[in-house]
Formats: sequence, structure tokens, C-alpha cells
Amino acid sequence: MHIAEGFLPPVHAVAWGAAAAPFVVHGARTLVRDVREHPESTLLLGASGAFTFVLSALKLPSVTGSCSHPTGTGLGAILFRPPVMAVLGTITLLFQALLLAHGGLTTLGANVFSMAIVGPWAGYGVYRLARRSGAPLMAAVFCGAFVADLSTYCVTSVQLALAFPDPGSGFPGALGKFGSVFAVTQIPLAVSEGLLTVLVMRLLVQSSRGELTRLGVLLTGKRVASATAGTETPETRQTTGTTGTGTVAR
Amino acid sequence: MTRNAKINALLLLAVAALAVLPLALGLGDHKEEPFAGADGEAETAITELDPDYEPWFSPLYEPPSGEIESGLFALQAAVGAGVLAYYFGVRRGRRQGAEQARRQQPVPGTGPDSDSDAGSDADPGRPGEAVSPGPRA
Repeated sequence: MHIAEGFLPPVHAVAWGAAAAPFVVHGARTLVRDVREHPESTLLLGASGAFTFVLSALKLPSVTGSCSHPTGTGLGAILFRPPVMAVLGTITLLFQALLLAHGGLTTLGANVFSMAIVGPWAGYGVYRLARRSGAPLMAAVFCGAFVADLSTYCVTSVQLALAFPDPGSGFPGALGKFGSVFAVTQIPLAVSEGLLTVLVMRLLVQSSRGELTRLGVLLTGKRVASATAGTETPETRQTTGTTGTGTVAR
Repeated sequence: MTRNAKINALLLLAVAALAVLPLALGLGDHKEEPFAGADGEAETAITELDPDYEPWFSPLYEPPSGEIESGLFALQAAVGAGVLAYYFGVRRGRRQGAEQARRQQPVPGTGPDSDSDAGSDADPGRPGEAVSPGPRA
């Protein structure tokens, strides 16, 4: 979904930059506040950023006979809400623009808008909707990650079609063209991203139950992780919790 | 293998299958350049739509060869994977540490039915009757 350096006309480049900037600034503020209030979440924040790093470096073959890569922004959006992802996504895009000549500085605004803003928000919205309508956690996570990935590439198609409308059929024609390059290619990759995000979320549920509960991803523990003895009755769990082992029974 | 581990392995297998199938089925054969990057194809599409368009800015730094580029991509993935692995390692270590500490405590955390009366003395703010109903229940 990286629009290459110099491949957006200056007016478009500036406009997308201006559209993206407030989200990134707001995201940076949110991020700083979050870290100050909950220093213990820094590690998980780093892990979410790392997930984006890994996934956006993975170029996978797709059914259209071309290669593309997932974005990895769904996980962080679900865990820390989309504003934080605007920052983490921008960092990833900057790294790729500066070191890999992948994307670019002039197109950074447009790329940030698709991958670090629309993707996370769309994914988060779908995740919340699914949760509210009673979907199981992992199903909602899959849908959120899938939509975050796919919507990013749809936005890229729109951005390019706006900048380069088809001489004959105008914007719709160009949208079809770019959509077939990006969006169709991306469908199986979005499935992969959904599956990988579910995998990481499963590992998080096993390892970081307390953190997920604090972030509101898990509702207050219906069942305690397999790490604690499954034989405990609710009463003993309560009493051991208050005596100081603390971390388990929240 | 626990049920959890099986599900995780299945998820990974599904992702691998999704990546391998297009290659195995030869879905790129109809193209001049099979499995090229979609980003590059978009550039081609742009030059088709607007043959006169000239990119007005070029990257400040461009990896001098495909090898360097793939190396940098591998670096990116490695950094990300390293941080992720660190996170899960720290978590696992903490969990094991907490478990060990609980096992060493005189108050039985995991085996409540053994010595509930002996445990009450090591429980400062809480009298014996607060602990005892649990194990009996």
C-alpha cells in the first residue's frame, strides 16, 4: 500500500499530509499520557509496534499473482485504541521510507492516512461492533484485523484514483484499476493477518490476562488462566487474591 | 500437545497454506513478472493512466542492490520479532516467578485441601475463619 516517493502530485501530497497530521499529533499526546499513567503497559505497547514491524515486512504472494504485505495495525488498535496506532504506524512507515526507499517522505501523509489512521479506526470500529453484538473475542479480533488490513488498501486505491483519474472513465475507472491491483490482492493477506492477530491475541490471553483486563479487552475474569490451579473454588480464589498473590485473581 | 498449542499450530499452518497456495497453483504464471510487488504494479498503472507523469521527488536513500534491500527488510522483521519474543519471554518469566513464590509461601495457594489450619498463622490481616471455608467448600 506504499505509494512510492514522488508518485503523488504535490497538491495531493500536501493535502494528505495536512489531513494526517492532526491524528498523529493527537495520537502522540494520547501515547505519552497512556505511558505516564500506566508505565507497566509500555512493554505491551512496544510489542504492538513490533507486530506492525514484522507484518509490514512480510511480503506474501497472493491469488492475483503479485505480492503484498499485511499491515499489523489491527492488534494495536484493539489493545490501545486507534490514536496510539497512528503513532506506531507512522514510525513503521518512516523507517521504511528512509531506509528501504519503500513509500516516501512526500507520500508519507497519504500512507499514514491509509495505514495508520483509517485502517486502525475501521478495524477498531468493526471489532467494537462485533463485541457489542455478542461475538466471541477471537471472532471479533479476526474481523477487526481483517478490516484494518483491507480498508488500508482500499484507501490507497482511492488516493491514487483521486490523483490519477482515468482519461476516459474518470475516477471510477481509475478506482477499478487500482482496486484490482491493491484491494483484490489484499483479500487473502487480510485473512492471514486476521489469523496471525488471533494467534497473538491468544498468546496474550494466556500470558497477560491482567493487562488485557485493564485495557478492557477481557471482561473481568470469568475463568482464571490455566496457570492457576483449576480446582480452586471462587471463595478460595478470593481469599488468596487478597492475601497478596494479587496478580492472579483480578 | 495441549489443545491450546494445537489451535495455535493450526493457525500458523493456515497462514502458511494461504501463502504457499498461490505459488503452488502457479497463479502468477499469466504475468510477465510473476509475484512482483503490488506497489510496483501501482506505479505501472499510474504511468499507464498518465504517461506524462514524472515523479517529482526521489528517495533520499535507496538501497544500492536487491540484496541490501532484502537485508534491511529482514532486519525490520527481526527487530519486530525480537521485541515480540522479549515481551512473551518476560511475561512467561514473571508468571513462573509468581508461581514459584506462591509455592514457597506457607499459605497453600494451589493445594488448599492439605493444611488449612496450619496456613492461618502466616496470614497477617485475616483471621483463620476467612481462609478455612474455602477449602471445605
